[in-house]
Amino acid sequence: MSELSVEDRERFENLVLPHVDAAFNLARWLLRGRFDAEDVAQEALLRACRFFGGFNGGDARAWLLQIVRNTCYTWLEKNRPMELSTEFDEELHQQTSATPETLAIIADDHKRLTLALETLPPRFREVLVLRELEGCSYKEIATITSIPIGTVMSSLSRARRQLYSALTNSSQGACP
Amino acid sequence: MRCDFSDSLLQEYFDDELSANTAEEFERHLRSCARCATELVDLDLLRDRLHLAQLYEPATASLRWRINARFHPIAPKTPASKPLLWHWMAAAAALLFIAIVLGKLGSRLEVDDYQAELAGEIVDSHLHSLQPGSTIGVASNDERMVTSWFEAKLKFAVPVRDFASEGFALKGGRLDVIEGRSVAVLAYERDGHPINVFMWRTREAETAARSGSRQGFQWVDWRKGKMEFCVVSDTKVADLERLHKLIDSST
Repeated sequence: MSELSVEDRERFENLVLPHVDAAFNLARWLLRGRFDAEDVAQEALLRACRFFGGFNGGDARAWLLQIVRNTCYTWLEKNRPMELSTEFDEELHQQTSATPETLAIIADDHKRLTLALETLPPRFREVLVLRELEGCSYKEIATITSIPIGTVMSSLSRARRQLYSALTNSSQGACP
Repeated sequence: MRCDFSDSLLQEYFDDELSANTAEEFERHLRSCARCATELVDLDLLRDRLHLAQLYEPATASLRWRINARFHPIAPKTPASKPLLWHWMAAAAALLFIAIVLGKLGSRLEVDDYQAELAGEIVDSHLHSLQPGSTIGVASNDERMVTSWFEAKLKFAVPVRDFASEGFALKGGRLDVIEGRSVAVLAYERDGHPINVFMWRTREAETAARSGSRQGFQWVDWRKGKMEFCVVSDTKVADLERLHKLIDSST
């Protein structure tokens, strides 16, 4: 914090710190775990603080989430590079959501949805989390993820279709 | 049977991303296209399920503590620089200036100091209530039940209202001590953000709402009808101001 002037520090507290929940939620879903998400969200906030001078006063949430996302991807590349290279595998997805073992574990809808969401590839998961959980507009998602708005829309559409089919498969398995 | 609208416009319509004109055009199409209508229902069901499952995960208490510790260190770790003569002179001049200003604005600063101290205590209490294992006195959204719980414990009447239909769901109430006096705390929740409303009796004159922020939490404080209210949360200030208006119009 010592790099920031008193005014900047106050601005940072007022503009950026209220979005700690959003930062944690995105990190939690990108990393699929609370434990790692705490570390990475904290790291992202420290980076945000360091780069706060470069913040031009627009949407502070989108600005912070952009940093959170980049920090998450850097962390994934270093710690779980396989996750980023795996493309969505329709068959694998159905298997993981529908085996009796997993169905026994996923007793309630919260668990079932969490599993379905976590099985989506990161690029699909993030647009869905930003849209459905964070309530971001297409434009905000495009800013945060640095992908064109058209790609945001097609990813969102595919993500929804895959989530929907994963849920239909798993519920069919649960109630034969 | 596919339709030209379904792929591109349907999702944008669903996500409220269409202009008013295009949305109207799409609604006209929707009346005659069963495929789009069904798909819209599916999208709606999926969204409802996602929301009902409450997948949003707000920052954990331990992350909040870590951030607070990091951004509000008890002892600032700035390296001590060698004191130079002009530093001392500048400090002396600044002190003199402060003394003059304090003399002139004494009473106003006292009010601000009081407000800052109060906000500090209230934010601490709010933060404490977010810790795992912290207890709520009465966990209920039943206005009458919460009211009677307070009646037995406090000498003043607590205006208990559930504003769930306005997006502020009543979660319950508890007692707390702020600056040595008993205060009633109503717990609300909005989009997963806990909001605490602190209320106590006061003899001070009524005031309009004042707001501020501290440690990443926002607060709005006002006095009305011999009561002082302070709403605190990490949600948007606009939300707190809405809650303020709701409480204000019900008291």
